[in-house]
Amino acid sequence: MSPQQGGSWDAQHPGDHGHSGAGGDRPPLLDESDEHARRRGHVGARLTRTDGPAKVAGAFRYSSDLRVEGMLFGATLRSPHAAARIRSIDTRAARDMPGVRAVLTHADVPGDKLVGSIAADQPVLAVDRVRHHGEPVAIVAAGDADTARRAAALITVDYAVEPPVTSWEDALSDGAPALHPGGNALRAVRIVRGDPDAGAAAPIVVRDRYEVGIQDQAFLGPESGLAIPDGDGGVELHVATQWLHVDRDQVAAGLGLPLERVRLVLAGVGGAFGAREDLSMQLHACLLALATGRPVKMAYLREESFAGGHVHRHPAWMEYEHRAAADGQLIAVRARLWLDGGAYASSSPAVVANATTLAVGPYAVPNADLLGTVAYTNNPPCGAMRGFGAVQVAIAYEAQMDRVAAAAGLGPLEVRRRNALADGGTLPTGQVVRGPVATVALLDRLEAAPLPVDEPAGDPRDLPGSAFAATLGEGVRRGVGYAAAFKNIAFSEGFDDASTARVRLLVRDGAAIVEIHTAAAEVGQGVVGVQEQIARTELGVADVRVLAADTAVGSAGSASASRLTWMAGGAVHTACAAVRARVLEHAAARLGEGGEDLALRDGQVVRAGDGTPVLALAELLAGAPVEETRTYRHAPTEALDPQTGQGDVHAGFAFVAHRAVVDVDVELGLARVVELTCAQDVGRAINPLALEGQLEGGSIQGLGLALTEELLVDAGVVQTRSLGSYRIPTIVDAAPLRSIVLELGDPDTPYGLRGVGEMPSLSSTPAILAALRAATGKALTRAPVRPEDLVVHRPDDDDGMQG
Amino acid sequence: MRLTVDGARYEVPDAQAGQSLLRVLRDVLGLTSAKNACEQGECGSCTVAIDGEIACACLVLAAQADGASVETAASLAAPDGTLHAVQDAFVRAGAVQCGFCTPGLVVAARDLLARNPDPSDADIREGLNGNLCRCTGYQKIVDAVRLAAQEGRG
Repeated sequence: MSPQQGGSWDAQHPGDHGHSGAGGDRPPLLDESDEHARRRGHVGARLTRTDGPAKVAGAFRYSSDLRVEGMLFGATLRSPHAAARIRSIDTRAARDMPGVRAVLTHADVPGDKLVGSIAADQPVLAVDRVRHHGEPVAIVAAGDADTARRAAALITVDYAVEPPVTSWEDALSDGAPALHPGGNALRAVRIVRGDPDAGAAAPIVVRDRYEVGIQDQAFLGPESGLAIPDGDGGVELHVATQWLHVDRDQVAAGLGLPLERVRLVLAGVGGAFGAREDLSMQLHACLLALATGRPVKMAYLREESFAGGHVHRHPAWMEYEHRAAADGQLIAVRARLWLDGGAYASSSPAVVANATTLAVGPYAVPNADLLGTVAYTNNPPCGAMRGFGAVQVAIAYEAQMDRVAAAAGLGPLEVRRRNALADGGTLPTGQVVRGPVATVALLDRLEAAPLPVDEPAGDPRDLPGSAFAATLGEGVRRGVGYAAAFKNIAFSEGFDDASTARVRLLVRDGAAIVEIHTAAAEVGQGVVGVQEQIARTELGVADVRVLAADTAVGSAGSASASRLTWMAGGAVHTACAAVRARVLEHAAARLGEGGEDLALRDGQVVRAGDGTPVLALAELLAGAPVEETRTYRHAPTEALDPQTGQGDVHAGFAFVAHRAVVDVDVELGLARVVELTCAQDVGRAINPLALEGQLEGGSIQGLGLALTEELLVDAGVVQTRSLGSYRIPTIVDAAPLRSIVLELGDPDTPYGLRGVGEMPSLSSTPAILAALRAATGKALTRAPVRPEDLVVHRPDDDDGMQG
Repeated sequence: MRLTVDGARYEVPDAQAGQSLLRVLRDVLGLTSAKNACEQGECGSCTVAIDGEIACACLVLAAQADGASVETAASLAAPDGTLHAVQDAFVRAGAVQCGFCTPGLVVAARDLLARNPDPSDADIREGLNGNLCRCTGYQKIVDAVRLAAQEGRG
């Protein structure tokens, strides 16, 4: 490990991870050793979760666990059709059912009839037409959930069913029925750099078409929450979400209430992965609560979670042409990307921008011609899912890189090293990447990691399909594949991406404590712990309490785009610095000196040089807490030039690579991932334990996209509506995981940290696909791979059948 | 009908006995430690022990559990709050993220270790194959069960 690579470690061997505090590029972190940090629970410490004991004891309260005396239960009537006009809605039978307290339709929405996190194009409740299967049409409140659901089923909707638009090709063809007033072209992003025709006669030209099916976030905690009327016309909503304030804004708009009449509180979140960025039951529960004057709880069943409850990852169709010199050096890339956005915009405009701006991967490409298009269709709405547009293109560009390698006679690692962006490299948008580019270092570390040993006499359960004793191993072939990828962090294209924190240092029962108040959504990723560690580090106080996230404090922004550790962490960091400055000012005044050499440590004001205590915080602050609120922003970004697609659109980047080792039974088409190794530059690991969890979880979600996960839609109707038919990896499907973490540091972020959460899901899928190609020799241009795709027919197969 | 849940006795109105045990626990008795991720027997998040046999509470008719003793994750810890070795290992190994699968998993893992105190990684994966987790990628769950087994032997 060179000093420039900073600290790094192998997660499998936490004892010898070389996590050195003397890393070259790492920004100075106070004057403390990492051992000190670990002991004190500071930044860099491997800590367990504060909410861990409650979660393992079943005592943690998720949004679906909420109860309050006298509450009602809400249910939703959804469209069974992908496209239909609504002639009439008859709610009388439902209203007359005993126990029913309210039945509401679009006519009962007092405020805006359309909502949406980016574009308000989605009806709160369908008005005169439905545009997708599962679209909410009416809502019911009753004394119990079963009564509410039975009543919803009694609502008669007179539909004039229409032929649905079920593909992007149809949606964008002449004469296609328009789903929305602006037509079906939701957004197109064009990027041209250099000479698009360069390399037309290059010695290496590889082209193909790739497809990615619909992936679902499939979080385990259902969409749910509890709305409580405040008795004064307003409402308080306890809900599982990724962004309290953007929910609050949409709920208030739909209710026709000023923002201050709508208060949101984060309830326990059972996973998110992008599926909680858009409204689900939030506004419906509030409408029912205000209509009945009673608390109303809503919790979706798994079937409605899949069909209408939340958006999915965009399916993609991608045509790529890579042109390279004989030595494999890229000359030009041409890509055409089509995403099916489904019936409503959701975050499609931002997803297609990501897909297009990241379409060539972490490589230096002097000439690029890229066009990404997302279309409205009558398929289920697609939007945010971990990786957000970067996942789909990585599957295509990494397959292309392996083809370039094969044409040039290079190995998969060499072709990537040869073409990797250098530090300060330029993207097709013209944007220069700030800070170190880790791709080559990550590939080097993957290459150096020992390969799993093939054990012929190993446990038979380790064979593909082993759970079903499907094979004795005679047709099993091993393959190894590599992939690299990168992604933008935080919000792009000029968005005012901000995060606010209130930090209060006070004395209680004779001891200094810190209270942090933010609206940052803890969705399982560990952002509560991040805030605690930053405050301990910056204020030298052990007892840090993160208050419940709600809208009583300023917005934290979304728990998405791998941004929250950076942004909410940045806000806490900045607010802590402001508190520290005031405390040291008090101390200096008390001591009658300038205070230049004072610092905070272990609950005391100390001499910065040698740590000599000079004043206890308990004494200094008794009866006079210090509180500061700060809003943190990353450096502003620009809009894309609509003609050329040039612009500094992204706030920062993070780099990742994977190695996958697979065994494939090429007779049965069964695959097993033997081992998956994720190498990632995280900039700075705030909590290595939580960080490994992100790398591991994201890697296995990528494994699911490679092998088992696909939301099937037939004529616009969702077919996979259970965890039995939508197959997320089980513990048997999941590969043993290794993590290799580099901390190269981003020069413009607190502690040098980079976003983490999405990256492991970028290169996992393409690495597995590459390994499957290596094992089978097949092209495998579609994810997920199906068993029949993996069957290798040998020339003598027919003879064998006759024999 | 009568139920003992985590050591406490409850009377359940007979009219509710036709629901799933999970619904009775959560909606009738207000005991939410068994989770409701799918309610179709596919995820294991509602795994409980019924007179010592583990099952998905969503697949058990409440009436079938009449008179039985049901244990959820809430009963694993000691009365003073000290976590069970399996629970403690889940926290320390980082096997908990969102945690929605965790109450079911710790009940299933305790059962696995009771039957096989020295499981290989393959045994652990086979034994917990009925419990889905979407956050962790399972590596740290395997680590946690291995850790609990090692400490149980020590």
